[in-house]
Amino acid sequence: MLEIKNVTKTFNPGTINEKVALKDLNLTLNDGDFVTVIGGNGAGKSTMLNAISGVWKPDCGSIIIDGQDITAMPEYKRAKFIGRVFQDPMMGTAADMEIQENLALAKRRGKKRGLRWGITGAEKEEYKKLLAQLDLGLETRLSNKVGLLSGGQRQAVTLLMASLNNPRILLLDEHTAALDPKTAEKVLAISDKIIRENHLTTLMITHNMKDAIKHGNRLVMMHEGHIIIDVKGEEKQKLKVEDLLDMFTKASGSEFASDRAMLS
Amino acid sequence: MFFNWLGALPGAAAQGMIWGIMAVGVYITYKILDIADLTVDGSICTGGAVCAVLVTNGVNVWIAMLVALIAGMLTGAITGVLHTFMGIPAILAGILTQLILWSVNLKIMGKANIALPIRNYDLILAQINTVSSILVLLAFVGIMIALLYWFFGTELGTSLRATGNNINMSRAQGINTDVAKILGLVISNGIVALSGALLAQYQGFSDINMGRGAIVIGLAAVIIGEAVITRISQNMACRLIGVIIGGVIYYFVYQTVIFLGLDADLLKMLSAMVVAIFLAVPYWKKKYFTKAKGGHHNA
Ligand SMILES: Nc1ncnc2c1ncn2[C@@H]1O[C@H](COP(=O)(O)OP(=O)(O)OP(=O)(O)O)[C@@H](O)[C@H]1O
Ligand SMILES: [Mg+2]
Repeated sequence: MLEIKNVTKTFNPGTINEKVALKDLNLTLNDGDFVTVIGGNGAGKSTMLNAISGVWKPDCGSIIIDGQDITAMPEYKRAKFIGRVFQDPMMGTAADMEIQENLALAKRRGKKRGLRWGITGAEKEEYKKLLAQLDLGLETRLSNKVGLLSGGQRQAVTLLMASLNNPRILLLDEHTAALDPKTAEKVLAISDKIIRENHLTTLMITHNMKDAIKHGNRLVMMHEGHIIIDVKGEEKQKLKVEDLLDMFTKASGSEFASDRAMLS
Repeated sequence: MFFNWLGALPGAAAQGMIWGIMAVGVYITYKILDIADLTVDGSICTGGAVCAVLVTNGVNVWIAMLVALIAGMLTGAITGVLHTFMGIPAILAGILTQLILWSVNLKIMGKANIALPIRNYDLILAQINTVSSILVLLAFVGIMIALLYWFFGTELGTSLRATGNNINMSRAQGINTDVAKILGLVISNGIVALSGALLAQYQGFSDINMGRGAIVIGLAAVIIGEAVITRISQNMACRLIGVIIGGVIYYFVYQTVIFLGLDADLLKMLSAMVVAIFLAVPYWKKKYFTKAKGGHHNA
């Protein structure tokens, strides 16, 4: 359903800071795939997600969703296919707006925004139920400003927002990295639940190899702007961290290096 | 002297309300969209110029005000297009429009100043009818705040608020942030031009310099309004009422300072200094009174 075909992206071309962030990247996701993405610093993981969401246009190559070429579609328009959660808990929500207002904004992703009231009574009930499922006590705080929430709570709300209306693809960029270990675990469990219950096709970047193995049905590893390892199904379930490191050394000819990677 | 001062207060209230209406325009760009829009110095004059020229040419005052409103919206659209479509930083886009408007306003009026005396024309307010002017302005303020309160509660209005609050998130949620910014600038400068049309009637003339420093008065009113109202209510309508009250307080202080014999030439400098300090306060608070938060950033 998602195809990334020969995508290349160079930042600051022709300058001393030139950086080839994506190099002939190819990846095809099937409906319902839950793919975890790992890779060292600067491997191009975030850049890949930015290419999919249309933050800028790739230098060449194309991005196709459900057979539709969206390479030239502006970011706000392709948002109707895509749900996103960022690493920085501040980035995914509007801090000065209420929890319910944030959810209502997300609910209208990809729809025309007219002069109807911004949130309906029926929606509020729906959001209350959804928030209750998070089990973070947010269901009684619908009209609280999001800025009052903790990082973990904000990420959980962003996850809910991203999954409203079942996007065609969910993009998670190290969305638990800024949280303390306990909260991170909880948010990850919530993610897993939401993804499974809604059968969301998902790309999840993580720097925790164990999480990458434990979650999803497929694992890809990036290096120097493209994918060097792609394992699925049973083979993935049986993977161990050491196997991954071995595979990396063989495929890239170098040692795995990341200042944040958690190997154990 | 005290009675002179007291007698000047109703006039200051009326004038303050007019500037308060202008400040509501500033509030929309500065507080809601997070854009410092300098178009207002020009668009307030555009409003006054259009209204004065039309009325002196025999056009009904209500129609003249409607045209002034539309002209103001156009000025906002210019800044919006300069900023979004042409990628010019918002402050600079506003300054460019301001300069464009200097010429345009002169062309509209044909000269630097047009008299608009109440005894010759059918106006809806004037300095000599202070009480009725205040009533008219109260009606204007009421209707305007009701309309804005409604608009910013709609889907479209909510998308404007979101754009000002977190632009990346807004795009990720499918909001065309360029359109949102242009729309905000259009609404804001429409209101500002309307206040210009009211001001020209109230003071009985329209002048090419009438908008000079308007942005500072607007910011002052917004800041005073915030200080007065935020502790009472966070509600949008209350905040807007706060801005109007801010404008009135500003003019009370202005009037008082003049009565105390302060050199009127220094007033603009003092206003600017006061606004500068108030703008600095939140920055200082952040810098010196909160602990720096670490954490890496990942695009
Ligand atoms: N907007 C940008 N402008 C310039 N260079 C960029 C930009 N975005 C990414 N890069 C560069 O592209 C390379 C890939 O970056 P990317 O953020 O995709 O890495 P990553 O795999 O997500 O790494 P990390 O694990 O550190 O998050 C890096 O060298 C980065 O400096
Ligand atoms: Mg990254």
